[in-house]
Amino acid sequence: MPVYSEKVMDHFMNPRNVGEIENPDGVGEVGNPVCGDMMTFYVKVKDNRLEDVKFRTFGCGAAIAVSSMVSEMAKGKTLEKAMKITPRSVADKLEGLPKQKFHCSNLGAQALNKAIKDYLSKKKGGGKK
Amino acid sequence: MRKVYLDNAATTPLLSEVREAMMPYLGDIFGNPSSLHDWGDGAREAMDRARTQVAQLISADPDEIIFTGSGTESNNFAVKGLALAQQAKGKHVVVSAIEHFSVLHSARTLEKLGFEVSEVPVDKHGVVDPDNVLRQIRKDTILVSIMHANGEVGTIEPIPEIARITRERKIPFHTDAVATAGITPVNVAELGVDALSLAGNQFYGPKGVGALWIRKGVRIMPLLDGGIQEEGRRAGTENVPAIVGLGKAAELAKTHMTDRIKQLTPLRDHLLKELPGRIEHVVVTGHPQHRLPGHASFCVEFIEGESILMLLNSKGIAVSSGSACTSRALKASHVLIAMGLSHEIAQGSILFTLGIDNTNEDIDYVLETMPPIVDRLRQMSPLYAKFSKTVKGGK
Repeated sequence: MPVYSEKVMDHFMNPRNVGEIENPDGVGEVGNPVCGDMMTFYVKVKDNRLEDVKFRTFGCGAAIAVSSMVSEMAKGKTLEKAMKITPRSVADKLEGLPKQKFHCSNLGAQALNKAIKDYLSKKKGGGKK
Repeated sequence: MRKVYLDNAATTPLLSEVREAMMPYLGDIFGNPSSLHDWGDGAREAMDRARTQVAQLISADPDEIIFTGSGTESNNFAVKGLALAQQAKGKHVVVSAIEHFSVLHSARTLEKLGFEVSEVPVDKHGVVDPDNVLRQIRKDTILVSIMHANGEVGTIEPIPEIARITRERKIPFHTDAVATAGITPVNVAELGVDALSLAGNQFYGPKGVGALWIRKGVRIMPLLDGGIQEEGRRAGTENVPAIVGLGKAAELAKTHMTDRIKQLTPLRDHLLKELPGRIEHVVVTGHPQHRLPGHASFCVEFIEGESILMLLNSKGIAVSSGSACTSRALKASHVLIAMGLSHEIAQGSILFTLGIDNTNEDIDYVLETMPPIVDRLRQMSPLYAKFSKTVKGGK
């Protein structure tokens, strides 16, 4: 399938960090089935760092590879650094994405951001953490 | 690794007999069919032979065949050419909602030129009800175009019944028979249509060649102006080797059609029956019986078609999908949406189109390869996780 880079194929065939975190500190959900892709990210935070990141994705090969790459890039990073992950930096790490997939399938950074913001707002609201 | 090609709707392979028939025209017999010398004669004779072969495939007169560059060109030519030629009588065109884009987008172009277009809906199996065609017809309707069979869901349409309506009202009726010509019996008199499109790469002929049959006496405006090729209806030096190949493929299709249908139908039925039995939440798309002999199409719930396609490809199986992610426009298939399927389910579209090289073992390989692939993608899917929690009460 030469439309995708080797890196995309690797993450699609062997996605990292698939699944759900029990009692996550933050959850971020983006996309809808009409546009074709949906992603849910789960984060566990310890000492301002992403101790664990997991995801579930409904979507094409690019969407799955993007989610996997974002989870790999984010794991272990401080919240500030993780929030700086952008669709562009994800696409670069994946050695490029097909043009028509760049916007539609490249929602991973957004979902991760949402999960982190979810954690921060819960913390602010005086939740369990 | 086993290699199984199940994407014959995209293109069939070229038969070796067809390739052999084409070879001389890629070699010594290179003349231009319009030339008056001996070199031209050889090419012209070959084209005449091909015209007869194609005409015989659809029980038509050779003079009524116009060679084109593809099924898409034939459809563009029919829709635009027939409408433009009749515009003094009216400017209303009727098409179905599930036509190929070469018909739908041609109709859209006509709208820009001041025509009005009405779309006939389909039922959940993708069938056009002739009464619904009748409902769309007006005094100023000058063209009806409804496909013979849909290439995405395999449903065969009731063309003779629709033709009865158009003929009574003397409205030209075109059918896109790209999915059926060379595959199932196509007889222009029995269908009752006035124009019909077909393409070579659907029945083991070459790519880049098609034909439009148009009933004698029906007026059409050319898309390509220039010389007097194809009686002035399609100018440009002909693709002689491809046309020869189309003719040979048509001849072989006619000879072997019954055997091919007998071979493909049980394979198709096996797949249609077994796949939903082995994987939960799989729906068959298209009509369960009135469908193309080698055509098995499904929607797999909770996952997306392109990722299924890619994992099947990694196991040596070639299929296609009508999901948004596989389309350039990133839109769900207009065919599945017109049949009333939700976007969510339409995303899981997967399409197996069988050909004469396929065997029982190929289908068994699919049946054994597909369930773990679906399972793997569902384990990744947030939709499936939600479904498991709400319906199954946790898993």
